[in-house]
Amino acid sequence: MLSKRFNYLFQSTKGLVLVAIAMISIVTAIWGMLSGPMVEWGIKDFVVDLTGMDLVPAEREGRIVMLYHVIAMAVVAINVYLITGIQPMHTHQRTSINATITAGYLIAMVSGLGFAYFGHNFILHGLFLFGQALVFFSGILLAAALWPWKEELRIEKADHARSKSGIDLERLAFFTMAVATLGSALFGAVTGSYWGNGHETFLAEDLVREPHKTALQLSIIGHLHIMLTLIGVSITLIIGRWVDFKGPLHKIAMYFMIIGTIVITLGAWAVVPFEAIAHWIIYGGSVFVLMAGLFLVIFTWRKLIREGLDTKGIRRGNLWQCLQALGRDPLPFGATWQMVFMNFNVSFVGIFVAVKLDEIFRVWPARDERVILTGHWHVLSGIIATIILFYYADLAGLKGKARKWFGWVLIIFSDLAFASATIFEMKRLFVTESAQQALVNGVMLTMDIGLAIVLVALALLMIWRLADLFQGKGRWSEELTEEMNATPPSTPVVTTPPLKSNPGVKEAGS
Amino acid sequence: MKRINTIFLLVLILASGCSAPANTGAPPPIDTGIDPETWVTIPAGEFLMGQHNHENLVDYDYEVMVTTVTNSQYAHYLNQALSEDWVRIVGDQVVGYYPGDEFHAQEHEERIEAGDWLHVPLEEPGLRLVQLTGNFEALPGYENHPMVHVTWFGAKSYCEFYGGRLPTEEEWEKAARGTDGRPFPWGNEITEENANYYSSHDLFEKIVGGLGDTTPVGFYNGKTYNGYQTIDSASPYGLYDMAGNVWQWTGDVYEGAHYRYMRGGSKADYAYNLRVWTRNNATPEYHSPNVGFRCVREAQE
Repeated sequence: MLSKRFNYLFQSTKGLVLVAIAMISIVTAIWGMLSGPMVEWGIKDFVVDLTGMDLVPAEREGRIVMLYHVIAMAVVAINVYLITGIQPMHTHQRTSINATITAGYLIAMVSGLGFAYFGHNFILHGLFLFGQALVFFSGILLAAALWPWKEELRIEKADHARSKSGIDLERLAFFTMAVATLGSALFGAVTGSYWGNGHETFLAEDLVREPHKTALQLSIIGHLHIMLTLIGVSITLIIGRWVDFKGPLHKIAMYFMIIGTIVITLGAWAVVPFEAIAHWIIYGGSVFVLMAGLFLVIFTWRKLIREGLDTKGIRRGNLWQCLQALGRDPLPFGATWQMVFMNFNVSFVGIFVAVKLDEIFRVWPARDERVILTGHWHVLSGIIATIILFYYADLAGLKGKARKWFGWVLIIFSDLAFASATIFEMKRLFVTESAQQALVNGVMLTMDIGLAIVLVALALLMIWRLADLFQGKGRWSEELTEEMNATPPSTPVVTTPPLKSNPGVKEAGS
Repeated sequence: MKRINTIFLLVLILASGCSAPANTGAPPPIDTGIDPETWVTIPAGEFLMGQHNHENLVDYDYEVMVTTVTNSQYAHYLNQALSEDWVRIVGDQVVGYYPGDEFHAQEHEERIEAGDWLHVPLEEPGLRLVQLTGNFEALPGYENHPMVHVTWFGAKSYCEFYGGRLPTEEEWEKAARGTDGRPFPWGNEITEENANYYSSHDLFEKIVGGLGDTTPVGFYNGKTYNGYQTIDSASPYGLYDMAGNVWQWTGDVYEGAHYRYMRGGSKADYAYNLRVWTRNNATPEYHSPNVGFRCVREAQE
């Protein structure tokens, strides 16, 4: 029976996603203790002593870079599992991609953290690079598997977007994203390897006011921005399949997503040779990607409202009835709401900072501007993480009250934390340094409460699935059987039936 | 839904009720025994600079103030400088002449023209100076705390008035870490008894809460104050407060950038910002309750 559980955890889409989320949760739980407010509560010192971490002051930036990569590899792995689960491909392709990236991120995670935080064993550093190389190789396999011109591997559904020549546009969008991600990974890896041989690590936010940046610095800045953007693109496409995005909006959105992905990626790469115009290229591409996201949100919310009203037998609802219908199932609503909320915390803040940079933000000390930058992408990463969790909670089979509680807790408390972080970032707009203490204390508290409750909800979800693994015929067993019996093998193993029949229960297999 | 509303309400109540008391009273007067008028000589020679310990050379001896400039020192300076027309009071500001910087039209670079520039904003609530009978004095209890809310122009002007100048970043870092590449002035690790930083639970944080307050210059010298034990945290050359308490202006003016750089970290920063190579910068008119300065001068014969 142990082997069956192993097969579930390391061969099925849902099992692989569960393992990756669990690994990220463990890393977050331990390494989250190293930063505020755990520092001031003395918990950091306790964890460092307990685990035997070796935190050399001069190596902080290097440690953080490795930690970010470790978490990013696992997130990329989750997205890859979900993509191989929802896009038609041959079984051997799905198996080899998932196996390669699983080995890759686990090796990178264990050895990377081992090297960065527990002394410098350079064998571990080599394994960290090897693990990342495996993740990259799995990306090549994924791009090959997603080749859009294979007629036999297209989603054949009414209203599914196609080009005039019959190409599945969503598959083309996934393919474009995968190729762009591979190039952008190289953009960081090659330059980092070439110039970083002295291991003189740096964080991009520390360079922001340097009047002259080196090619290495520019390429790393471009790399980190485009990688997070492409993770955002991929999860948006994944959510689109979850909600069965189709119809005219789908077609326009897919064209926009393909164009936007290509333009943003080229813009990020152009940061090195053409820094002055690169931003404008990126802005242009961002408009397309954000519009694609907006169309997905419009489609999803209309669908949720329609289905919600149908369940009550209402043909045309008033505003309140429509809102109730919209929030009836907090998981798909939450995933798309976060895409809207992201604009208030990330996009609009970013645009405002860009427009008022010299007038306001460059008048502040660099450390305050740095807080905006780090807050900005921490919030974006956090929002992407919650979107993944909304989808995973659905895949994991949360139903009834548990589904509603989990969904609403995730929406309310993550957004409380993100909003607090945004206020903290921008606090100098509202208070002077002399008078900021009350505001800082308040938003730090609400941010910590929000994050803590989200982490508790996540922990409960993980415990529920862990407990399930101890049952002989648990949910895991059903999920494994469904996925292994999916025929023919070229079809998706994780399908997306309409949400209306039974909110939250996804059918596996086709 | 009712329960969610209750939880949300509870969060709001907690958030609004947890702010620390405002710093309204005078701090207890504390004599650290460190004389801020003392200068120490930094000998010429190589040292390791920056996070990655690049070899660097300062090929001349120079002297540095053993602590940052205190409120008392700055008040005394203002009284002298005003009487000699070195600086002026315009409205609620102390201002002084600066000859301006060369402008290179670099992206984001702002012009620093010749003219009068802000030195000290007199109406700033965080300023620890008062004007009594025409003369400036330090607020009671803050006499030996670092002068804050002083702009780069105000810091530069003070140093030059007494024949010195602001340290270059090189001079500052060498004075802070000596020659052995240490990350903190006193060694390789930082504890709460070494320096005043965010949530370091120092004596003043306990009094005013939250972000705390400045500590008297030279506070972390191994003495015990009202039961609060410190560790002697002088730099290899005997300088105090080279990490924490207040950021310190440095004198470099870089081509293509109007920003001025600060070193040392402050009471409002996490400990990692106190590493000796950490830089901060702001426009030269910037002032803050977390920024002060110290001066250097040529080595005396």
